[in-house]
Amino acid sequence: MRKFDTKVQHLKYKVLREVARCAWNDTLLEKVLDIPQMIVPGKVPTMRCCVYKERAILGERVKMVMGGDKDNPNVIQVIDIACDECPSAGYEVTDSCRGCLAHRCEDVCKRGAISFDHNHVAHIDKSKCVECGQCAKVCPFAAIVNRKRPCQNACKVKAIYINEDNAAAIDNSKCISCGACVYQCPFGAITDKSYILDAIDIIKKSENNTKYKVYAIVAPSISSQFTYAKLGQVIKGLKELGFYTVIEAALGADMVAQAESKELAEKGFLTSSCCPAFVQYIKSAFPKLLPLVSHNPSPMVALAQYLKSTDETAKVVFIGPCTAKKAEAQLGHAKPYVDVVLTFEELQALYDSKDVDITTLGEDVLDNASYFGRIFARSGGLCDAVAQSLKEQNIDFKVNPAICDGIEECRMALLKKSKNALPNNFIEGMACVGGCIGGAGCLTHGEKNKKQVDEYGREALEKTITDAVSVLK
Amino acid sequence: MKLTVCIGSSCHIKGSRQVVEQLQRLINENNVADKVTLSGAFCMGKCQQGVCVTFNDNFYSVTPANVEAFFKNEVMAKV
Repeated sequence: MRKFDTKVQHLKYKVLREVARCAWNDTLLEKVLDIPQMIVPGKVPTMRCCVYKERAILGERVKMVMGGDKDNPNVIQVIDIACDECPSAGYEVTDSCRGCLAHRCEDVCKRGAISFDHNHVAHIDKSKCVECGQCAKVCPFAAIVNRKRPCQNACKVKAIYINEDNAAAIDNSKCISCGACVYQCPFGAITDKSYILDAIDIIKKSENNTKYKVYAIVAPSISSQFTYAKLGQVIKGLKELGFYTVIEAALGADMVAQAESKELAEKGFLTSSCCPAFVQYIKSAFPKLLPLVSHNPSPMVALAQYLKSTDETAKVVFIGPCTAKKAEAQLGHAKPYVDVVLTFEELQALYDSKDVDITTLGEDVLDNASYFGRIFARSGGLCDAVAQSLKEQNIDFKVNPAICDGIEECRMALLKKSKNALPNNFIEGMACVGGCIGGAGCLTHGEKNKKQVDEYGREALEKTITDAVSVLK
Repeated sequence: MKLTVCIGSSCHIKGSRQVVEQLQRLINENNVADKVTLSGAFCMGKCQQGVCVTFNDNFYSVTPANVEAFFKNEVMAKV
């Protein structure tokens, strides 16, 4: 079965795996410069103009796996030399334009940007065009294309610009570290920094969990990942890697649902706080709405905090689909509780760096949370959980949620709220389309993911949030 | 005195929630809340023997069925 969506992810994975392999064996210092050649041997290029450029870029990828540029606070970074400087002219008419009579493009253009030459072929006046894309939609020959860069297309918060060298660059003041560009760049030129070495270091220094215990907290979206094996094998594999035990972040989600529903009823209006990219977006684009953000920590932080209250020397590694969680873990309120954040991509590399084939392992169990905690992984799940928790606690408050699936929908709802024109009393904000299952750190993204999350939710032993959190006393 | 119940996955499936609920009830019924602190832990490394409970650092294997006897014989005896 296919482990990754794209070859870019596969390449990134190979670098992660080789660096991790060296780290386990304590040979990273001597082998670090050889890793690019290990991945691209021989003289025939398969990705770029020559093997030397391929290796130069791989060298940069190795740096990203080792934590990236320490002077750049953003966990998302551009590898300049990997950027292919894609055309960025916006909407253009191609030679597929047949010079038809209908001129739908002209009629639909509200800006009057379309004109025709003596062959009746359309042209776009760039000084008038606002890149709305209507002309491209109505052309029966699909003759108008958008030559916007994929990274800029992916970045709905408009944090990507083109620098003086014609390469993509990130405006850190706007970037929410969601990773959409990381997943969308066809050349793999934008990537997330990895803290895989920190995770390996923590596991090694625990000396088989005798010095301290290393806990893995896994996000509920794991149910849509590693589908080539059983979830129980994924858990067993984590213990093979050296984790002491594995806990569902969904239990943190149950805790959050309970606290957030109370807070909502008290305040009358709230936005969710579990998606770190959404919260960062409010900070950067709608700072006036910040007081309306739920004061509850995210499920990851809530659970890590509780965990460390039961075991003071514990080390916590969060494993999820999310690049923004890497940024969240560095924030003051999260830092003392979450030691490292890894993505599912990185977990796959970690397994293979130790040659752990999870399909050959026995099955372990993972069951800490309720159905509602587990469905936080997909859009709409958080609202269901908050509504359920209000009911369970007999709080007489009717939640009328705006379920925002993806950062564009979040922007619309926040914009309305900032103008007091939002009829809803709760905003569920998820930066990734689909919710966490659409996260950039997922191995695969597919139609079935939502169904898998719901199924996994229904398998939970605890059926209510109250029951799931009742053990946390 | 510290009474710790494992709430990790394996013990959870074997009924740690029921054990916790019973212990909370028993602590209240016997008025020993000021002497016995109930807390949780994620995994005690003895998943086969769950539900794992420690009382004053001694290990016990408890089930929802025998939790009352455990409380009476072990906890109340030492309070």
